[in-house]
Amino acid sequence: MKKYVCDVCGYVYDPEKGDPDNGVEPGTAFEDLPDDWVCPECFVSKDSFSPADE
Amino acid sequence: MTTSLFANIDWVGYVDWNVRDFHGYNTFRGSTYNAYLVRDERTALVDTVKAPYAGDLLKHVSSLTPLQKVDYVVVNHAEPDHSGSLPAVLKACPQATVVTNKKCQGILSGYYDTSEWKWQLVGTGDSLSLGSRTLSFLETPMVHWPDSMMTYVPEEKLLFSMDGFGQHYASGGRFDDEEPLETVLWEAKTYYANIIMWAGKPIQRALEAASGLDIGMIAPSHGVIWRSHLDRIIEAYKDWVVCRPTPKVLVVYESMWESTTQMARAIWEGACQQGVAAKLFDLRANSNTLLATEVLDAATIAWGSSTLNGGMLPLSGGALTYLKGLRPLCKAGFAFGSYGWSKGGAAAVQEMLEATKVELLREPLECQWRPTAEVLEECRRAGAMLADKATQLSCQTQPGG
Repeated sequence: MKKYVCDVCGYVYDPEKGDPDNGVEPGTAFEDLPDDWVCPECFVSKDSFSPADE
Repeated sequence: MTTSLFANIDWVGYVDWNVRDFHGYNTFRGSTYNAYLVRDERTALVDTVKAPYAGDLLKHVSSLTPLQKVDYVVVNHAEPDHSGSLPAVLKACPQATVVTNKKCQGILSGYYDTSEWKWQLVGTGDSLSLGSRTLSFLETPMVHWPDSMMTYVPEEKLLFSMDGFGQHYASGGRFDDEEPLETVLWEAKTYYANIIMWAGKPIQRALEAASGLDIGMIAPSHGVIWRSHLDRIIEAYKDWVVCRPTPKVLVVYESMWESTTQMARAIWEGACQQGVAAKLFDLRANSNTLLATEVLDAATIAWGSSTLNGGMLPLSGGALTYLKGLRPLCKAGFAFGSYGWSKGGAAAVQEMLEATKVELLREPLECQWRPTAEVLEECRRAGAMLADKATQLSCQTQPGG
C-alpha cells in the first residue's frame, strides 16, 4: 500500500499506521479512506494528497 | 525607535499598544509585529509589519541604512500581520529580492499584486550568505500556516522563529529579561492556546528539527525576544505541544435562571474538596481567549448549559466550536445543565465534547427546573470524580511517569 503526502502541509498518510485518532484503522489504504476524511494536521480534503515518492 | 540584538542586527518592527481584537483573540496587552534588519555586505530585512504601520517600519529601516541598500526581504510567513507592508516596502526598495519558500510565494501572490516582484525561492537546508553572516532556512509547515518558515543565523546562534514562541504583548522592553517573566510566559501560553494549540504535532516536529541548532537567542515575530530565559519557554512548549494536563479541574457554565449555576458551584465544591486546583468559568463573564488558555493545561472539564429552544445556549455553542477547532489533547469530562419542559442543552454539549475528543466520564448530569438537594449532592460527587481523574491524568503524563 502506498503512502500519500499532503500537498499543503507535508503530513504523510501511512496506510500501515492509519489515522487512529480519527477512527481510521491501521492497514487502511489511502483509496479506502472515507470521502469526508481530512488531513489530520491542516484539514484539507483527500484530493489535496499526492502519492509519496519512494 | 530600533533595538540592537547584535552588532548590525536590529529590531525594526512596530509596537501596537492599542490592538484588542486579533481576529477574535482578545489581545488584552496589545502586541508587536517584529521585523529585523541584518546589515552586512548585503542587507536583508526579515519580515515586515501589519499594513497600517509600513511607514513606521520604513522609518526604522532608513534610520539604519538607505532603503536602496536593502537587497533582500525574507518572508517567513505570508499572514498579513507580517506581510501586509510588503507592497509598500518593495515600492520603497524596488531592487530588493523577496526570499521565501514556494508555498509562501503562492499565498503572497493570492494576497498581493506580485507581478513586479523578484523572487529567490528557498527551502529547508538552503542558506543565503550576506557576507560575514548567513541566513539558513528551516521550513516549519503549520507553525502556523503551511508556508511557515524559520530563519537561523548560525554566526550569532540567532533563530528568527516567526510565530513560534511568540506572544501578543506590547512593551517598552524588547527582551525577555526587561519585562516581568511570569507575565510574558502567561502571554506566550495564551498565544499558544489560541493560535497554534491545534498544531501540536507539527510544532513537535519543528522543535525536534530546531534541536539540532545551537540556539542562543530566539526572536519571534510577536512579543519579546528570548535571550535570558530560553530554557523556560522551550520547556513550556514541550508541555504545551501535548497539552500536558496539570491537576486542574475547569467548570465551564452558562445559565439562564441560575439552576445551571447552582449545579456548577456544587461540581466545583466537590472538586475543591479533593485538594486540586478547580476553577469556575462563567462564559458570560469571560472571553473565549481566556477559556482556551485555561483549557490548555486543565486535565478535566465539566461544561454546563441550560436548555434553550431544545439545544445549548449560544455562548456555549460559540465557545465549543472555537475549542473544537483548537483540538486540545488529553482532556476528560462531561456535560451538565438544567432544563424546563424538555431536555436538550446538556446532551448537545456532551455531543460537542465528544467531537472535541474529550474522554466522556459519565452521562450528562441534568436537572429539571431547580436542582434538588439530591441533584446537588450528585454534582458534588461528580466534581470529586473529576478531581480524582485530574490527579490521575496529570500523574500519568509527568515526564518519565
